[in-house]
Amino acid sequence: MSDFQPGPQSSSQPQPAPRPAPPAAATRASSGLEKHDDGHARLALGPLGLRIHRRSAWVGAILAVLVAAAVLVALVLPGAGVETKDAFGVIFAGQGGFDATVVVNWRLPRVLAAVLVGAALALSGAIFQSLTRNPLGSPDVIGFNTGAYTGAILVTLGGVTGFAAIAGGAFVGGLITALAVYLLSLRAGSSGLRMVVVGLGVAAMLGAFNRWLISVGDLELSMQAAAWGAGSLNGLRWAQVTPVAVALLVFIAAAFLVARRMQPLDLGDDAAAGLGLRLGATRLLLLAVGVALTAVSTAIAGPISFVALAAPHIARRITRASRVSPLPVALTGAFIVVVADIVAQRLFDPTQLPVGIVTVTLGGLYLITLLSKEARR
Amino acid sequence: MRVPVRTARASGWVIPLLVLALAASLLLSLMVGARALSPSTVFEALVRPDLSLPDHAVVWDGRVPRTLLGLLAGAAIGVAGAVIQGLTRNPLADPGVLGVNAGAAFAVVVAVGVLGIQSLFGYIWFAFAGALIASVVVYLVGRSSGGADPIRLVLTGVALTAVLEGVGQGLALVNPQAFDRLRTWNLGSLDIGSLQPVLAVSGFVAAGLLLAALAARGLNAVALGEDTATSLGVSVKATRIMAIAAVPVLAGSAAATAGVIVFLGLMVPHLARRLCGPDNRWVAGLSLLIAPTVLLLADVIGRLILPGELAAGIVVAFVGAPFLIALARGKRVIEL
Repeated sequence: MSDFQPGPQSSSQPQPAPRPAPPAAATRASSGLEKHDDGHARLALGPLGLRIHRRSAWVGAILAVLVAAAVLVALVLPGAGVETKDAFGVIFAGQGGFDATVVVNWRLPRVLAAVLVGAALALSGAIFQSLTRNPLGSPDVIGFNTGAYTGAILVTLGGVTGFAAIAGGAFVGGLITALAVYLLSLRAGSSGLRMVVVGLGVAAMLGAFNRWLISVGDLELSMQAAAWGAGSLNGLRWAQVTPVAVALLVFIAAAFLVARRMQPLDLGDDAAAGLGLRLGATRLLLLAVGVALTAVSTAIAGPISFVALAAPHIARRITRASRVSPLPVALTGAFIVVVADIVAQRLFDPTQLPVGIVTVTLGGLYLITLLSKEARR
Repeated sequence: MRVPVRTARASGWVIPLLVLALAASLLLSLMVGARALSPSTVFEALVRPDLSLPDHAVVWDGRVPRTLLGLLAGAAIGVAGAVIQGLTRNPLADPGVLGVNAGAAFAVVVAVGVLGIQSLFGYIWFAFAGALIASVVVYLVGRSSGGADPIRLVLTGVALTAVLEGVGQGLALVNPQAFDRLRTWNLGSLDIGSLQPVLAVSGFVAAGLLLAALAARGLNAVALGEDTATSLGVSVKATRIMAIAAVPVLAGSAAATAGVIVFLGLMVPHLARRLCGPDNRWVAGLSLLIAPTVLLLADVIGRLILPGELAAGIVVAFVGAPFLIALARGKRVIEL
């Protein structure tokens, strides 16, 4: 949807086969919207052409509305002594007092974190699926989440509590693991498959270590660590969310910028090199953005699993585009996490579930539904 | 029927060497432990068992069940891994992708946490049934008009795994007893202490191995493309169904008795392919020999390394992962 192409270059590329001239389209081509038969439209603005996948565009718009609606629902649902009409009053009429504290200081940071974390995870999933050219690719492939979990377990079982300590432990654990995987898979002509296999190996070792730690640790502390390991947004306030939100926005923007480099990469190493793509540099750039997105998300919310894996597949299926563009992917991820977090808070109220448990369940069920619908077609 | 698959056949010494390694690991598994026994004592205990002697009791109560379990579960996991990688042509696939492990784990949580089953054998059949039901659901959802598209199957398996793990973990997190059982079961231990469950699943393992053997031939042809396979006289659909049936029966048997042993089913076929090339029959055959050897050696190492014993499933990952990484860093990238 955001395949920006400089005008002159796009004119040298194969154009859709000439059709029995629709004069209306031809006259509008110089500026405005030109519809092509391949499901794309070309938005021409002087020398710049923006090729838009039409279905992706309106699916993206609908997803944006859905995310906004989900955010609103999360803010105004009754609870914590706040009625829905008071919550609306806070949002639209600037009402103050206790209601404002709940909505603005408690709910808003959490919802914002859910939106950004969902978008970040989904984008990192798309990046890793492209990078490894494998539909099962996800940040898990390079062991980041497993390493982050190791860090968090060690901190928790060591008796240290508190958001900063656990987030720090997870961040360090994840980064060390990702760096180890990258260095171990570094060789002349590093291939996606090699990184995947090395990542699997490292993740398997750490995963075994994690299971062992959990099995020998004190039952109560182990359950605490496991709850973190499921991924949770419970108890987030502005103090924690603000710095993370800034970082996530920067990295999400970076992901949108590097997204168009993924297309030639999908064609295979030789074709991509033939198109003039510097493979090593492109891979490193994508990897860095993907890891950054995962690292920041995991530090704040724990390893919320499945969003990175499922969101690109879901987005691809609802846009029916041959390749996914970043906006529907990001919005799909955001929607999944926001809705999952509402469910996680409310389903067994007052017991709050970790949001990760809901994302895997809801995301999984939705993916199954999509797949079974496809099977019937 | 001859299927034209380019094969670097395993050279003559590979198979005898692997058989020898398996025999050695079986013997080691019977000898090594908190009470070390000499080969002659082990032989004596096996041939003329006298359970009043402590050495013989150790062999029959502890070592024989865990050795047999290592042999059965290892063979089952190795062959299941070879079949699932051949079927999906995806080197990331392991037997768990059809939802087998998640189905078994979920059934254990439900059996312990919801139904309150305490005994060891109580939940073995739950685990086995959970594994089978999960993979049947994956097949029913993931199949398409042309039989079963492997990529859709894998995606469906991953999705169902996610759902089962989510709900299972949710149940476990509010039920300390189920959590405690699950964390032990997740380790993947061969120390089962009784022959009964091992014998109970042995028939299923045999049936699964037979299905895998039947499927392996067809998988070579299917790997050349569906049209080519059909023109070679291979039924794509029958091959895939046999392969899809073999995996949960094999992996489910292993998961029900030994718990979750990850990574073995992923790593061993890579190793086998390294030795014999991409021919699925050879990959499955060599995996049948390599996987039990690795599992038994891991169990032996686990008995020696810590006073409290380290479960085989943990050691497998620690021993196997560096090996796989070294392989991946080698000159030849492992292609499928």
